[in-house]
Amino acid sequence: MSAAQTEAAGGTSRWPASLLAGVAIVLAWLLVAGLGPSFSPHDPIAVDLANALVPPGSDHVLGTDSFGRDILTRIVHGARIDLMMAFFGVVGPFLLGTMVGLVAGNFGGVADAVLMRILDVTVSFPYFVLVIAIVAVLEPGLTSYFVSLTLVNWVSYARLVRSEVLVLREADFVLAARLIGVGEVRVMSHHLLPNAITPAVVFVFTDAVLTIVLGSSLGFLGLGVQPPAAEWGVMIAEGQLYLATAWWICVFPGLAIATLAFGFSLIADGLAKQLHTAP
Amino acid sequence: MGRYAFVLRRPLQLVPVLIGISLVTFLLSQAMPGDPIRVMLGPKASEEAIAFVRARYGLDQPILVQYGYYLINVLRGDFGQSLAFRSPVLDVILERLAPTIYLLVYGLVLTLLFTVALAVAAARRQGRWVDQLVRFVCIAGLGLPSFWLGLMLIMFLSLKLKLFPVSGFAAAPIDNLWQLFLPALTIAIAVTPTLTRNLRATLVSQLASDYVVAGRSKGLPERWIFYRHVFPNSLLPTISLLGIVVSFLIGGTVVVETVFNVPGLGQLMVRAVLKRDYFTVQGITLFFSIGVVLTTFLVDLVSVALDPRVKL
Repeated sequence: MSAAQTEAAGGTSRWPASLLAGVAIVLAWLLVAGLGPSFSPHDPIAVDLANALVPPGSDHVLGTDSFGRDILTRIVHGARIDLMMAFFGVVGPFLLGTMVGLVAGNFGGVADAVLMRILDVTVSFPYFVLVIAIVAVLEPGLTSYFVSLTLVNWVSYARLVRSEVLVLREADFVLAARLIGVGEVRVMSHHLLPNAITPAVVFVFTDAVLTIVLGSSLGFLGLGVQPPAAEWGVMIAEGQLYLATAWWICVFPGLAIATLAFGFSLIADGLAKQLHTAP
Repeated sequence: MGRYAFVLRRPLQLVPVLIGISLVTFLLSQAMPGDPIRVMLGPKASEEAIAFVRARYGLDQPILVQYGYYLINVLRGDFGQSLAFRSPVLDVILERLAPTIYLLVYGLVLTLLFTVALAVAAARRQGRWVDQLVRFVCIAGLGLPSFWLGLMLIMFLSLKLKLFPVSGFAAAPIDNLWQLFLPALTIAIAVTPTLTRNLRATLVSQLASDYVVAGRSKGLPERWIFYRHVFPNSLLPTISLLGIVVSFLIGGTVVVETVFNVPGLGQLMVRAVLKRDYFTVQGITLFFSIGVVLTTFLVDLVSVALDPRVKL
């Protein structure tokens, strides 16, 4: 107990190790995505059947797939797609959910009741199933992935922001602002939002983990990014048939997903520790 | 009114949610690309035939009337026709229900075993290396994609070591304990991190409460305090999460059934999407969400039964 206390007391002045490690991992992947493609000697898409299924070695560090494409090159190019999926997959739900939570919490009454019933209905669907159903009617691809995530995943942010706003709207500084005639919109944007946003911002990083896993799962199932794009889930789907003979096709893209997701997961853990939102 | 009065009241409260669910699945069918009648009749159908069938299915009516038809049909158990399987959607769903339910229950049991083991180990040695290890496992486990984890398990345990069958579903339930172990393990690993964190946090906060201090000062053994008092008190918040957990496990079956070739609803859903069999997609979505609503209702029931303070 005392050890934990000293650690907590010391931890307030410096950043938690998990946060730093997570930031380092995510920055490393950003660097790979940003600079990697201009350094890679191979083409990520072009088929070269003469070099198909080459095991990891000096020519192809991580081997080649059944089309003779270099795995390392495809992972480096895929980093752009998967990082983009993580980023945009979180931004839409974050914006929509924050707005809904702010409006529902601030106005209460009918607006709150209606928005919360919509929320109840949304969470009655298994998350992944509803995303797939929406992707299905919109045609599989990156755009419908973003649209369906926004339509389904706003609920987490709405809940977090709403519960903060419900407390804050009774706070003295908010009552004071109203008293001197500050308008509703300004109260929400300048007084409630900055104070209510922290839990939602922390959740962004947990959500990024889920979004990366979800996006690559859709790619794997053939419902997300379409081949021949070098998305990591798509690469694993293509390697599935060669599990017994060419393990490297599946193993390395999976490690890429796991490390990137691990990075975001570490940031989420570290932030929660730093901001004392978790025990 | 007794504590269990909500068993009668709650289904009425669920009506708005169920109407909302049916509205969403109805809207899904409205958003479908292409004309279902044209798909059904094929490219050679005449315009008159198309108009005739459209009128017969009520698809020339205003949208609210169509929603009414949809609602009545669903209530009568008519989920429409599967275009890919050429039989009623409900039949296709019921045929594939058993493997999915088996997998869900199996996965849930494994999830609970892992969660309790990890959370108890962490909470009893709070701040020590076991706690740190569990925390690390949870952080890493959260980001492991199920489809990849499943493939890795197949590669090492099935193909290399030949410990488990690669895929499929057995006829006898007892054989499936073996046959479905890897799929169940895979979905359990996906859900365990979140649930473990939750249970650990509850255990830790319960350990700091007054009754623990009272128990210690009374000279009760630490194990007794933990398993007789702290643990039962911590279960309720975790049980109330089970609705969400089942919802995530259902999502997990979609991926895992595809990887392990289990002939269940999840695999059916992916195939239906790829074959543009929209009525099947719609039917499965409705079916799963009703499953989640019923699970949540059962979880409420269990919570009331376990804790006399809970009133719904």
